[in-house]
Order: sequence, then structure tokens, then C-alpha cells
Amino acid sequence: MTEGSLKNMNPPGTWEAGTPPTIKVKKDPLVPVTRTSYLPERDADKTPILECIDLGITFGGLKAVDNFNVAIGRTEIAGLIGPNGAGKTTIFNLLTKVYQPTHGTILLDGKDIATMSTAQVNRAGIARTFQNIRLFHNQTVLDNVLIGLHNEMDYGMGSAILRLPGYWRAERIAKERAMEYLSLFHLDQHAMDLAGSLPYGAQRRLEIARALATNPSLLLLDEPAAGMNPSETAELMENIVKIRDTFHIAVLLIEHDMSLVMNICEGIVVLNFGRIICKGTPDEIRSNPAVIEAYLGRKGAKKL
Amino acid sequence: MKKLSKGARTDLLTYAGVIIAFIIVSVLKANGGLNRSQTGLLVPICCYIVMAVSLNLTVGILGDLSLGHAGFMSVGAFSGIITAMSLANVIPSAPVRLMLAMIVGAFFAAVIGFLIGIPVLRLTGDYLAIVTLAFGEIIKELITCLLVGVDSEGLHIIFNVSGSKTANDLNLLEGGKVIIKGAQGATGTKTIASFTAGFILIMITLVIVQNLIRSRQGRAIMAVRDNRIAAESVGINVTKYKMMAFVTSAALAGAAGALFGLNYSNLAATKFDFNTSILVLVFVVLGGLGNIWGSIIATVVLYILPEALRGFASYRMLIYAIVLIVVMLTTNNPVLKTWREELRSKFGKNKNKEAKDA
Amino acid sequence: MKFLAYLVSGISLGSIYAIIALGYTMVYGIAKMLNFAHGDVIMIGGYVSYLAAKNLGASPLVSVLIAMAVCTVLGITIEALAYRPLRSAPSLAVLITAIGVSYFLQNSALLIWGANPKAYTPVISGTLQLFDGQLSVSYISILTVACCIVIMVGLTLFTGKTKMGKAMRACSEDKGAAQLMGINVNRTISLTFAIGSALAAIAGALLCSFSPALMPTTGSMPGIKAFTAAVFGGIGSIPGAFLGGILLGVIEALARAYISTQLSNSIVFAVLIIVLLVRPAGLLGKYTQEKV
Repeated sequence: MTEGSLKNMNPPGTWEAGTPPTIKVKKDPLVPVTRTSYLPERDADKTPILECIDLGITFGGLKAVDNFNVAIGRTEIAGLIGPNGAGKTTIFNLLTKVYQPTHGTILLDGKDIATMSTAQVNRAGIARTFQNIRLFHNQTVLDNVLIGLHNEMDYGMGSAILRLPGYWRAERIAKERAMEYLSLFHLDQHAMDLAGSLPYGAQRRLEIARALATNPSLLLLDEPAAGMNPSETAELMENIVKIRDTFHIAVLLIEHDMSLVMNICEGIVVLNFGRIICKGTPDEIRSNPAVIEAYLGRKGAKKL
Repeated sequence: MKKLSKGARTDLLTYAGVIIAFIIVSVLKANGGLNRSQTGLLVPICCYIVMAVSLNLTVGILGDLSLGHAGFMSVGAFSGIITAMSLANVIPSAPVRLMLAMIVGAFFAAVIGFLIGIPVLRLTGDYLAIVTLAFGEIIKELITCLLVGVDSEGLHIIFNVSGSKTANDLNLLEGGKVIIKGAQGATGTKTIASFTAGFILIMITLVIVQNLIRSRQGRAIMAVRDNRIAAESVGINVTKYKMMAFVTSAALAGAAGALFGLNYSNLAATKFDFNTSILVLVFVVLGGLGNIWGSIIATVVLYILPEALRGFASYRMLIYAIVLIVVMLTTNNPVLKTWREELRSKFGKNKNKEAKDA
Repeated sequence: MKFLAYLVSGISLGSIYAIIALGYTMVYGIAKMLNFAHGDVIMIGGYVSYLAAKNLGASPLVSVLIAMAVCTVLGITIEALAYRPLRSAPSLAVLITAIGVSYFLQNSALLIWGANPKAYTPVISGTLQLFDGQLSVSYISILTVACCIVIMVGLTLFTGKTKMGKAMRACSEDKGAAQLMGINVNRTISLTFAIGSALAAIAGALLCSFSPALMPTTGSMPGIKAFTAAVFGGIGSIPGAFLGGILLGVIEALARAYISTQLSNSIVFAVLIIVLLVRPAGLLGKYTQEKV
């Protein structure tokens, strides 16, 4: 197990390295799907928040993602890593229904999301950030989070136009909550700035704040540390753990920064050419020859 | 009271500006400070202000280029004329009839807007623009085929597809009245539109549009405009909010159309063609996308400009075209743009811009 | 036989739309702008060839050539003065400028040549009698269709085989990258406007030969229809513009003959809407999804 300083920040449940899979391989012939995921022990007796069964998508004959089987615990921080072009972002797009899977099932908290749209998936509990930041650049930082709180407010068009009491109440509460989310990420003093005017690292944090505002049970982070300097990355790591501990949600992140992944992820999935080549704890991943080969090539792997 | 946000302040200033302008013009009118042709411009200006503000909701706030806004105006105008004319005997009060006509006009325009929205809002960009243009032309031609009359038995409507029917085919009873005569359009309409009604309609439009913009619905609409995929990812139903903006915009255009239609005794459907849609679009773009008071000012200035140039007679449209091109070139010139922004940050008016440039 | 006659008139009308649409589609493909002034360049082309024939006594071919030269210069000038400064501006600003240019051309024509329609002498007259006189096809129809096919094939070869054509395609795909490869983007765009405007002049002469009343607003509606045709076939695609133009002409002619004269434009537009719903990028257009 990674014994970093972050260990102390992970109070809910315990997580032992090398524990045998708590969810056994199902031998039931009625379900011809093997579920071979590790879940943190504290989550093991609950329905996984996310379960992908034989998920795959084909783009014009090319299998971009194939046979993707993963389960993520309710309060797990999981990592999705792999070389460039392995299909990591494609998986996020499948999970959020930006792409329609060619085959396979996605269970969110045990419920199939096959018929849902992207917006419905978000309301059902998956929020995400984007690799190429997608903020509402011409709106203020505060408005970006308020847009995230859209479905948390409940007044209709009529009370909006007539400015009924319900409008004022909902707007006031939403603004207070938005400021809370912003202060979590030290963005509160920039609340009235335009989102596009923020520096890169702050934009990434704002995207996470906006995603959190939608009250998700699973947060997908696409390269959250990209373009950040080491101190920003360290702070981000703390923040991700803090998010999980405060909101008791699961986090699945794509990241190329190995120190981040190895430090905070409890379960890691390695993807190459659209297929899972390895699943396990950071220690298992680190020593797995297939992973080393995927990253360094066959020759490079031999040299090590 | 808490300090008002910048947006709320702009809204209040817009209301105040419109009210002050109304008072000034009303006083001028009462004292004979306006000549006949200037008075005649008042109601159309009100209509076009409502048209521009409502189109700004579609183009500026929702971010979809619509080239068929005049179509909704047309629907509102003719349904409003039919309402007002057919109720002439039932409701003697002209303002009440005018109000009903505007409500009916808004309703029918909203219904048409919804029906058109279903296919249109699935498209994006220039494709959406060309389809709205197509719908505008279709509405124009359909109304050109319309024969409507009213008598003691109620409304008589013929849809003149072959082009061979005339008003006589309506078989109106004694005392009946033809309201719409196909290509000739509405003839003999009793003009009951008034400047006050125009002012009230502008105020209602401003309340609807400005309050909508500063609500969760408005934020959702702007989120869809700025980044559709991000909007979806935070749980916003894109189709719903596109439709909300589009239908609201159509309804307001319909109300404006009803007022416009009841300002002229004769009005043909060809008045609401592609060029009228473009005219309103020019108001919106020159006033600034998403800028409500900008739309109002641009409408007033650009509507009066050709009239003010009447002395130059045949040159006026040429001058108008040149003004249009020059304004577009200067407002979008990169050198002038940075110069303007520098000036702005020098006076500390806009700190955000500065941070953006850094 | 009547049907065949309608079909022939539809195809020849469609060929004019196709020629205009080719100009539209090329300009759109490279400058990514709706050049609303294109229809008015057609009108100018019509007037110039009319005046050349009337005042200089030029033969039809020479008058069309003069019109082409004038329109080419006009197109390049419009692009350089009105559109080039807006290359990095939002597309709506360019659109409004194009509308301004369109008003400018129409009102200039109004001032110079007046509002009264001019009677245009067709570039070629006479009809060909087929099937013992049951079907008559005017020579102008045949000429139009022939012109359209030659232009379409010529443009396809030009963009596919020549160096300038390849530069054009590169610019339409990615201006920045094209510039890095040493392509003069401004010159390539100028060339595209030149070609589009020259085509507009040909279309103007042919259009006026069909409906000889020449007015400052002559180009507007055909311009919009041709734009519709370009979108119909898939804007940016040369065969698409050809196909779209022909189909549009045929649909319009048949709708006028069999359904309703008054609603013929509506029917054309309705077909466009249906096509776009089934194929959002037009018949031959490529639909590209935004990458997430």
C-alpha cells in the first residue's frame, strides 16, 4: 500500500493491499459475465456505484473500447491510466452517454443507464470534467457553478419571469451554496471574474467545482492535473481526497501524472488499445510487466 | 438594501430609459412637437423594438441564427387582425380588442414556433439559419393563399392552393366582411394600434426577456449557447431550453406582429419577407448580441436613419448599406478593438478584460 | 410528353441554380461565410452583359466575357474591402457585412440603371423540335445544361488536380496549417471569389435569357434558391451543389405544374427541410461530430 502522507486523510473504511477480491468471480451460468474487480473493503458489501459489463464501442470497424469490465466502490478513488490513444476519454464519453455504446451495460448504482441521455445521466449521478476544459468562458465564475446547480433549483419559468418569492429564495440559497463550492477550491475571491480570464489551473478547479455542484455520486475527472505545476498538483491531490471524504462520493480519474495516481487511487485500471490489460492496487500495477510494456514498449520493458 | 449586481443595474437602467423616452415622446406628441410622418413611425418603432429584443433572445442569448423571425411576426399580425376584426361587434372597446389581438397573435406565433422548433432546433449553425429562412418563406406563401372573411355565422376560411379562388368564394352573408384577401393581404383593417400599447408591449417584453435571462432558465439557455456538451454534462436538457427560448421569442414576435398589423389598414403578407427578417437581425447584431438595451437603441437609430435621410431620396438606402458595412468593419477591426479595450482598462471600468488579456 | 417538357424546363432552371450554387459552395467551403451578395453579383453580371450587347454591339459571347471580367474584378474587390478585414471576426459580423454589400449593390444598380425592368435579349434563341414537334426544347435550355456540366467537371478537375485547387482545399480544411505549408491564404481566397463571381456572371446572362426582365432585385430570389440548393446538396461539396441545383429546379418546375404555382417555393423549401432532417449535412455533405 502506498504509505504517503495522504494515507491519514482517508478515514472512511480501510484498504489493505493485496486483499483477495472481495467480490468473487461469479460462476452462475445465467450471468455469463465475469466480474473481477477489486473494491475497497468498506464498499464491498454495498452495490458498486458504477459497474461496466462488457462495455464496448466501435467506430467504423475499429474497436475503440472493447470488453471493458469494471466496478467502482461507493467511496472509492479509482484511476484509469494508459498510453495516449488507449481509449480512456472514450470510456468517459461512454459513461456519460456522449457516445452510445455499441454493446455492453453500464450500471449506475445498480440501475441500467442505457436509455438515458447525457443530461439524464448527470441527474442520475455522474458528473464529469473535460480534458480540454469546457467552461462557460464568457460567464462569471459564480454563474458557472450556478449552472451546475441548475437541477438543484426548482422554480419554474413563471416564477422566474414574475420574480415570485420562490425565485428569490432558490436564487439566494443557490448563491450561498455556489460560494461554498468555490471556497472549497479557493475560487471565492474570483467569483465575479469571467471564467475565461482565470489561469489554467484555476479553470481546472472551477470545472471540478461545477461538476460537484450537480450533486453527483460519481465524479469523473479527465486529466485534472494536466498543465498544473507540482505544488498545484499536490494541492489537487489533497482536494480530490477531501472531496471524497466530505461528500462521500466515488471518483474515477484519468491522469498521466503517476505520482498523483499512485498516491491517491485505491484501485487502478490500465487500458491499452481499448482493452484492459491490468487491474489492481497501485503496488500491483507498478510491478506488472504488461503495464511496463504498454508504457515503454517491449524493448524498454526488457531493459528495466 | 444590498448593492445591486451589474446585471440588475443594467436591467433597471433599461426600464428607466424606455419609460423616460416614452414620457418625452408623449409630451412632444401632445404639444405638436412631432409632425405627421414622425408620429406615424412611433408604433412601427415599438413593434421593431419588440422584434429586435425577442430576436436577440434567439440569436444573442440562445446563439442560434434565425433568418425567419418575420414569419412569426406575420403569423401574429394576421391572426391578430382576424381576432380584432371578427370581434369588432362583440367587443366595442378598441384597447381591449387590441390586447386580445396581441394575446392571440402571441399564442399562434408560439404554437407555430413550437412546431417549427421541433425540426429546426435539431440543426446547428448555418443549416439552422437556412431552415429558419425556409420556414419564413413558407409562412409568407401560405398566408398569401389565405382567404378569410367574417359574417354573422362566424369565420370563413379558404385555403386557396390553386390560386383560382377569390373572396366571392367565401360565400359571406349580407353584412359580412372580408378580412384577408389572399395575395392582397388584409384590407380595410380598422387601425386600433396605439403608441401607448406599443410602450406597454415593450415593457412586458423587457420584463419577460430580462427576468428570463437572469434566472436558472436563462443561465441554462446561455450555457447551451456557450458549450452545448458542457451544458449537457451538468444535467441541462438542451432541447427543452432551446425550445423555451425559441418559443418565447416567437410569441413576443407574434404580439409585435399583431400590433403592427393593426396599425395599417392594408397589409400584405409579402411585407414579412426575408428582408424584414434581415432588417431585424441587423438591429440585433449592431446593437450587440445578447445586449438588450443595445437592440433597443440600434432599432431606434437604424429605423429612423432611412427616414431622416429622406432628403437624399434615392441615396438613402445606399447610405444605409455603407453605414452598415462601415460599422461592421470598425467594430470588428482588431486594431480598433484592442485600442478600445486599452482605453476601457485605463479608466478602470472593466477590470475583467484586463485579466483576460494578461 | 407534358411531363417531359416540365422535366426539361426543371433541369434547365436547375442548371442555373447549380451554376450559382457552385459559386456559393466554393466561397462557403473556403471562407466559411454565407455570401449573401452573391445573388447581386449575378444581377450585375446580367446588367453588364446587357449593356455590352446594347451599347457596344458586342456578340452574346463577347458580352458574357465582358460581364465575367467585370464580375471577377467586382468579386475580388468586395472580398478585399469588405470581407478580408473580418477574417477573424465572428461569423455573424461577416454575414451582416455581406448583407450590407448586397444592399449596396442593389441600390447602386437602382441608382445607375433605374427600377424599370430592362428587356434582356437572350444569348441564343430558337427551339429544337423533338418527337414530331410534341416536345420543344429551347436552345437556351440546352446551352444552360451544357454550360453547367462543363463548369461542374471543370471545377472538379481544377480543385482535384491543379496546384491552386489543392491549395484551395487545404485552405478550406485548415487555414492556419495551409499558411504554415507556404500557401498564400489571402490569394487563394481571392481566387475563389474570382471564380465564384465569374460563374455568377455566366449565371446572370443565362438567367436573364430565361426570364428577360432585368431589375436590381433580379438576383435576390435565385440567389437564395441557389444557396438552398448548395445546402441541399451539402454545402462545400461541388458535386453536391450540382445535384442540389438540378433537383431543386426539377422539384420547383414539377411543383409549379402539378401542385400549386403559388406554393412552389414553399414546396422547394419543405423538401429542403425534410432532407436536412434526414441528412443534417445535405445530400453529399460530410457530417462531422464535435470531438469531446
